Amino acid sequence: MEEQVKVICITCPKGCTLNVTRNGDAILKVEGSGCKRGAEYVEAETHDPRRMVATTVRVQGSMHPLLPVYTAKPFPKPRIKELLSEIRGIQLKAPIKMGDVVLKDALGTGVDVIASRDMLVKA
Amino acid sequence: MKNEYDVIVIGAGVVGCMVARWLARYQINILVIEKEADIGMGASSANSAIVHAGYDPVPGTLKAEMNVTANPMWDTLAGELNFGFDRRGDYVVAVNNGELLDLEKLLQQAQKNGVPGMHIITSAEMKHREPKINPDTTGALWAPTGGICDPFQVTIAAAENAIENGATFLLETAFQDFILDGKKIIGIKTNHGDFKSRWVVNAAGIHSDEVMHKAGVRPEFKIQARRGEYLILDRAELTINNVLFPVPSEKGKGILVTATLHGNTIVGPNANVLPDKEDRSVSRDGMDELQQGAARLVPSLNLRSTIALFSGMRAYGNAPSENPGVKYNSDFIIEIPKSVKGLVNLGGIESPGLTAAPAIAQRVVDLMKDAGEKFVDRKVWCPIRPARPHFREMNQEEQIKLVKKDPRYGRIICRCENVTEGEIIAEMHAPIPARTYDAIKRRTWLGTGRCLGGFDMPRVVDILAKEMKVSPLEITKKGGSSQFLTGITKIQEGN
Amino acid sequence: MTLKSIYDVVVIGSGPGGLAAAITAKKNGAEDVLIIERDVELGGILLQCIHNGFGVEIFKQDLPGPSYAQRFINDALSLGVEVVTDTMVLDITPQRRIFATGKSSGVLDIQARAIVLAMGCREKTRAQVRLPGTRPAGVYTAGTAQRWVNVEGFMPGKKFTILGSGDIGMIMARRLTFEGAKVERVLEVMPFLTGLMRNYVQCLLDYDIQLQLSHTVNRIIGKDRVEAIESVQVDNKWNPIPGTEEIIPCDTLLLSVGLIPENELSKKAGVRIDPLTNGPFVDNHFETNVPGIFAAGNVVHVYDLVDWVTEAGFASGKSAAEFALREKAKEIRHIPLKAGENVRYIVPHTLDKESLAEGDIRLQMRVKVPVEDPVWVEARNGDKLISRKLERYVRPGEMVTFVLAQKTYDEVKNASAITMSVIKK
Repeated sequence: MEEQVKVICITCPKGCTLNVTRNGDAILKVEGSGCKRGAEYVEAETHDPRRMVATTVRVQGSMHPLLPVYTAKPFPKPRIKELLSEIRGIQLKAPIKMGDVVLKDALGTGVDVIASRDMLVKA
Repeated sequence: MKNEYDVIVIGAGVVGCMVARWLARYQINILVIEKEADIGMGASSANSAIVHAGYDPVPGTLKAEMNVTANPMWDTLAGELNFGFDRRGDYVVAVNNGELLDLEKLLQQAQKNGVPGMHIITSAEMKHREPKINPDTTGALWAPTGGICDPFQVTIAAAENAIENGATFLLETAFQDFILDGKKIIGIKTNHGDFKSRWVVNAAGIHSDEVMHKAGVRPEFKIQARRGEYLILDRAELTINNVLFPVPSEKGKGILVTATLHGNTIVGPNANVLPDKEDRSVSRDGMDELQQGAARLVPSLNLRSTIALFSGMRAYGNAPSENPGVKYNSDFIIEIPKSVKGLVNLGGIESPGLTAAPAIAQRVVDLMKDAGEKFVDRKVWCPIRPARPHFREMNQEEQIKLVKKDPRYGRIICRCENVTEGEIIAEMHAPIPARTYDAIKRRTWLGTGRCLGGFDMPRVVDILAKEMKVSPLEITKKGGSSQFLTGITKIQEGN
Repeated sequence: MTLKSIYDVVVIGSGPGGLAAAITAKKNGAEDVLIIERDVELGGILLQCIHNGFGVEIFKQDLPGPSYAQRFINDALSLGVEVVTDTMVLDITPQRRIFATGKSSGVLDIQARAIVLAMGCREKTRAQVRLPGTRPAGVYTAGTAQRWVNVEGFMPGKKFTILGSGDIGMIMARRLTFEGAKVERVLEVMPFLTGLMRNYVQCLLDYDIQLQLSHTVNRIIGKDRVEAIESVQVDNKWNPIPGTEEIIPCDTLLLSVGLIPENELSKKAGVRIDPLTNGPFVDNHFETNVPGIFAAGNVVHVYDLVDWVTEAGFASGKSAAEFALREKAKEIRHIPLKAGENVRYIVPHTLDKESLAEGDIRLQMRVKVPVEDPVWVEARNGDKLISRKLERYVRPGEMVTFVLAQKTYDEVKNASAITMSVIKK
């Protein structure tokens, strides 16, 4: 059944409100986008919605108790909770370098979780 | 821990602490109990900080007598106890011709009370002395003996001096009942056990009626909690150097605009009776009242530069003046009641309670002497309480010396008020140790600047935790269940 | 660590603005560049902004805050920028003298040829929005909560109400949800979203967090700790609409109600502040009204993108370096006149060497002791004699005049000081 929904594109800070005509999962028409990435976003959001995920991991031996980490690529939205749970169980040890892989191929999605910064050993 | 004393003081507000300080001169064992997690958490730290000249109380009342007796004591006291005090005088400002007549009446009242040096100044002179004053001012009453102080510093200085001279303070210890032997008080019951004593001083502020009723004293005496709300303005936006009162009404002295010793401007208080004695909230209507009140005195005042809001509760009592022929129904109670032995009863100590505190303390000693108590001077009584160093008040040479001696004084924790780690730790090891964020705030003035603790809060929690050797999760804002933090990140219930 | 007493460029703050300024200052000829940072490490507010969204323009990448910062930190350090951390600047004079204090650095007194102010912003508090109610524990600005959650490792509460739909508030809504807390409501007093739409989607919509526009906090409820927030709807004049009050049980109120550029230090230095931006008036070099004092980043006005803060930092650092080099050149032109044998003092005290190219310079001095015999009055550059004149006698009560002739310019222009002496013949 054909329906019209409004979707906010999050690809860039502009946040265009898109008028999407769809029939179930099939995207028929996308109007109101400021660039071609709008239509791409709607496709992705309908069939394989993904988000960049950033959180922290416990680390020992450094001046801070937490290391900020993030997914190197957008991660499947429905599995974010699971990912956070998996990350919660990780305990790291300093030193860490920015870009170090903290969780390789998280949950088999092909997305690595990497360190956002260096963490030196506490002097 | 001891449980037998000569005197127990109930309440460690400015009056209780001043009484303890006065009594500590003698060879007697003093215990001060306080139900909160810190001293002075009631009206003593939420008031206008004014040392009143004494023209406002009704002539012949105990309020008037105590105010006028106490006022000249403040210079010596400030010198001995090293707290902030500035006798800069105050103004009652008239904004129309009708109010000029009120000023005349007030001046006559001042003369009856024996307040020296007051006179009425012209509107031109008022505008000269305070350029920001309402241009419609018709004149003002000038009281050169009025002053401003730091009321919490006064309280803690009195308490520390009492401790130095042998007094004991117990916090989080609440009075529950008297222990009577017939008509004689021989002790009190608290939430931490019983204590024996020959005398009990009721300095329980807002709750002084409840305390005296437990001894069957003055069952008709009732305290109503009158809340006063205040605003503090950013000193970078506005500086008023004077103490400005409006013409008083039946409700009281009115909404002031006054300088504080820290350089800020305070607006307040209003006065509204509330049913809950512990309700310290600030209301939207209250702030509107303050805005209007402030505009009467300083129309250019912009409340957008508010950096703090707080309220205090006054012990508004219904005791008639003991002086026959004086028509006044909420006077101080300062007495040793005849109906029971061993009680020094203080009740209804609202404004000018802060000002009157040293005179009240002296009166307590005099009453006890009259009742037969033989006071023997302590062999070594030290009246001086030295101040602790404040980094921000030092010149560069002093700062360098201090930081060399203890590098913790070089680490600024509150950037708005330049309070250092060294000062915070010193307060944690003082005679009445600061254990909560608000306790540190009252003592160092940290967290009162325009960022309202945004920068210093996590750092203070960290320092308190490390110094007390507990988890940061246990650190509270004001004792009780006011913890800042609820858990450790990454360890929580499944979602 | 031993700091110098004079630096070409001193940068106050090591957030994106400060780091960028220090980098271009170095790249544009400033030799001695110092960053003074009040936190224990470099990076500023970026260290607690662990979410993505930084560097889309500059690096064409979607980086988290700490990664964005790390790149500039690495650049600055490899360029030889000096750094002092855990140190707070207390005062700056219009003459660019800086007073600071730190636990390990002690009390510092440093002269800067140019200063870049990069102190960023602070957050608006409950007092500035005058929220009625009690004052329990559990009322925090979003940034303070962010620091606790992301850097120090503590949760400031379990159930949250957030006031303000700015980006910081929305980002924290998601962050707290990630860490197992419940965000009950986001209230926004305006009738529109004040942050980015994309954050509304990926922080609130994604997690079913309810946003209420035209709503605000009517009062805070709770004695020791927040127990609930009473929300209320407002009309188009932001007045509460009676009857629309709702009690939202929670244990924490987060405030995301605005940022204010942090210019207390700027004012101390005599920098004029624009009441509209709350930041300094600046020209296109980001120089303030005080010569040699520049400002970059959120301390000037609140930027939308950190990439633009970096650009502003780059520009101000370059301008600061150029200013510093001009100052240095002027200083080198000025040399001291030193009192040598039997000279008590000389006026002028310093000499602008370039003036000698245009004409003679007259010096006047007094001797310490009288000599009733002929003496040489000598001007020397170290051991090398520049010029001298004979005086029949010298007495302390009679000023001695000495003319430094224009023709001595070639000799003087390479000198770092001139010593005047009075020697018996």
